[in-house]
Amino acid sequence: MATCHISNNIRTLRFFADEMTQQQLADKVGVTRQTIVAIENGKYSPTLELAFRISRVFGKPLEDVFSFDLEDDSTQNSDKKKKGNK
Amino acid sequence: MYFKKEKIILVSLIATLLCLGIYFLYVYFHYIAGHPEILNNFQFWGKTILILIPIMIVVQIVVHILFSIINKILTNEEMPTITDEMDRFIELKALRISHWISPFGFFTAMATQAFGMQPWVMIVTLIATCFAGCIFSEIAKIYFYRKGI
Repeated sequence: MATCHISNNIRTLRFFADEMTQQQLADKVGVTRQTIVAIENGKYSPTLELAFRISRVFGKPLEDVFSFDLEDDSTQNSDKKKKGNK
Repeated sequence: MYFKKEKIILVSLIATLLCLGIYFLYVYFHYIAGHPEILNNFQFWGKTILILIPIMIVVQIVVHILFSIINKILTNEEMPTITDEMDRFIELKALRISHWISPFGFFTAMATQAFGMQPWVMIVTLIATCFAGCIFSEIAKIYFYRKGI
């Protein structure tokens, strides 16, 4: 079974957007600041609509804001076993 | 600092528990104590719950107003007026938990009758699981807000 991990660089993009605050970004995309904090900390994966809204605020394509990693559990487990054997 | 929604949920949960506790203690000492036969009177249970519902609504409204005023004074945080997608998602996940508890309560209530227990045990089981569902859903909301979804 593969596990997916969605990461983002909203914090960096906010910094380069004249130190945009979390509240300003939240107001621009129509969510609460708590949601922006959760997204930045990787505690919540936004819907496609919200992801597009955020990327539009920064004027970047979606891939520049969010990245998607797919990790295969079987591969991870076999790697752990190999490390364990060593 | 920003306003965390789990704060209002926690306050609301405590108010609900206090309200339920005080109300059922009041009902017990004023109606049930000394008259245990009233427990099998379905009209009594109907009235008890019908009176409880508006009391709970009023308590929740008062608690929300008081909390927003006190929170504003103490922390200067604005309570968000919008409900966004994360709120709705957490609401749905919490609702699903309470919906899992409801059928469990129904089957337990039916089981009490199948095993020949008194009818009031069925009513109390139904009421207790209904409130347990609400309380667990609130606890689940706090958990999801803190740990993420």
